[in-house]
Amino acid sequence: MIKVYTEANNIISPLGFNTVENFQNVLKGKSGVQIIKNSGLSSEQISVSYINTNIDNAFSEIGDIEKYTRFEKLAILSINDVLQKTNLNIDKSKTLLILSTTKGNINLLDENLKHSFSKERLKLHTTAKIISDFFDFKDNPIVVSNACISGLAAVVLAQHLIKQGLYDNIIINGTDILSKFVVSGFQSFMSLSDKRCKPFDAERNGLNLGEASASIILTKEKQEIEVSEGSTSNDANHISGPSRTGEGLLLAIKNTIKDKKDIDFISAHGTATPYNDNMEAVAISRAGLANVPTNSLKAYFGHTLGAAGVLEIIISLEALKNNVLINTLTCDNLGVTEEINIIKETKEQKINNVLKLASGFGGGNAAVLFLKNE
Amino acid sequence: MNELIEKLKLQLIEQLNLEEIEPDEIEATEPLFGDGLGLDSIDALEIIVLLEKEYGLKIDKPEDGKDIMYSVETLAKFITENSAK
Amino acid sequence: MNKLYINRHIKIKNNSVFIDGKKDFFNEEENLLAFLKSTYKNYGIKYAKFFKMDALSKLGFLASELALIDNNKDLLPEQTALIFANSSSSLNTDFKYQKTINDVPSPSVFVYTLPNIVIGEICIRNMFRGETMFFVQDNFDAKFMCNYTKNIFENTDTKQTLLAWIEVSENNEYHVDMYLVSEDKSEIELNEINIKNKFEL
Repeated sequence: MIKVYTEANNIISPLGFNTVENFQNVLKGKSGVQIIKNSGLSSEQISVSYINTNIDNAFSEIGDIEKYTRFEKLAILSINDVLQKTNLNIDKSKTLLILSTTKGNINLLDENLKHSFSKERLKLHTTAKIISDFFDFKDNPIVVSNACISGLAAVVLAQHLIKQGLYDNIIINGTDILSKFVVSGFQSFMSLSDKRCKPFDAERNGLNLGEASASIILTKEKQEIEVSEGSTSNDANHISGPSRTGEGLLLAIKNTIKDKKDIDFISAHGTATPYNDNMEAVAISRAGLANVPTNSLKAYFGHTLGAAGVLEIIISLEALKNNVLINTLTCDNLGVTEEINIIKETKEQKINNVLKLASGFGGGNAAVLFLKNE
Repeated sequence: MNELIEKLKLQLIEQLNLEEIEPDEIEATEPLFGDGLGLDSIDALEIIVLLEKEYGLKIDKPEDGKDIMYSVETLAKFITENSAK
Repeated sequence: MNKLYINRHIKIKNNSVFIDGKKDFFNEEENLLAFLKSTYKNYGIKYAKFFKMDALSKLGFLASELALIDNNKDLLPEQTALIFANSSSSLNTDFKYQKTINDVPSPSVFVYTLPNIVIGEICIRNMFRGETMFFVQDNFDAKFMCNYTKNIFENTDTKQTLLAWIEVSENNEYHVDMYLVSEDKSEIELNEINIKNKFEL
């Protein structure tokens, strides 16, 4: 029976251009979320996680900065780092690229943005092909666009394809960038916090948007971390509000952990909106996992939408490899109806597995379990 | 005030895509949320948009809007009270 | 693994609704939203939320109503999966939302600027809680979609799947092919060739 493992990975975010930098900054309690005033994103000041380093400097070393959009440059830089770091023999004629994104190049719609890219670039498969062609991958890339569960859904998909024997290695990249389009949309939902978000906290008042690109290789060649199981599900409740009883997430968790009793660490979705965090707490509790150390990474990176699943998996796997539980950073007083075990300080602890959760618009939920091989 | 109430009913039907509802089916004093028209959280946000677009009135937090949006009548009252400037 | 079959096929294209390959409804309405409304009325559907949906969700919702007419009603919520794909994602609505940014951004339009919302609407209507996936492809990849559907049946508790290509372009060109798939035997086995043939009708 084929098993699936994770290997090289990369994160590009305000906390760094590779996984090591990002993880070190998380351990130091640094947050990429800042209050900024940027008229390209909003006429008001906003609390977001924005990559304000000039990525063209890094990109000019590998490609033509005029030929690619900001979104594409981030994705390409991230995938490139993974290909540099991997020890696997990546056969480009047999490797699949899966792109997880909600809006791709949507910033190109802003009439105040001066650019010369055609409308075709708005199509997610077009941009995915441009990214894929940069690396000469032979197969057409797959684009998963399933709102905020896209990253985990991509992992679930990749796992199925590798187990089926269709591919030896699959590269998953999750990328989403900040734009006036997305910022204004969340503002219209009144779901943004005016400061650093506080997942699961009694005073939480909304999420922070963020941007990032994160990549990970899944492979059938044995590695330290195994992708054990994964599942997606739907709440069937409301297109933008989660089920109050966590129906969908509970299903995804149960289908993923099955009879396993010893879950050591949960990396929740924890966006810090009043409803999401309570729903997650209810689902976690109903699944019998209320005592499991649980965190959210949203106060470090913001909510990076299509990148979130991949990015947060990578940080969680670093935590797993290094036996450290990561502080939620901004949760002071638990403010959910279930007594779940929110991690409030970074500390060393032997952990053998991590359960990653995600939920999103459209009522989607997902869960994936990772195991450490000793 | 009655004129405003009738105008609001039409605006609500338009803004909230209440295609199969006639203005006379909306009772001015009945709750908008809950059973009646089956309005949800997104409708509440769209009413906030309506107040800004048509009446120049801003509501900053959805919680502030709860009492204001109780019924067509309370909406009309809010508009009348805040437009006399 | 057990064979899978196409139990129903709905196609909506060129102002027409086809059920299992036969034209069942035609309305000459040029305007997309008006055509969708005429289809809604023709089939006597009563679902007020329909009018809040964007074009993509309306299209998918209508196709699903017809696809599910005779389906197995005894399944558990988690036993129905939805595997959809298209080429334009939510671009049709994205352009509409962009226009509202210059005025007052509209939350009810913004919520539909994600292609998977159509899946959400169908799940809410039918209390479906199973696996869901939305892919964005250049053209309908019948081989991949077929294979993934089989994969889901084999590896999860899925007993019924709605498999669909559901597309509304920026220019209001629309096309949905929706297949109800299950292990219930029918004359049409689920495979790449059968899906392709029905798609190209």
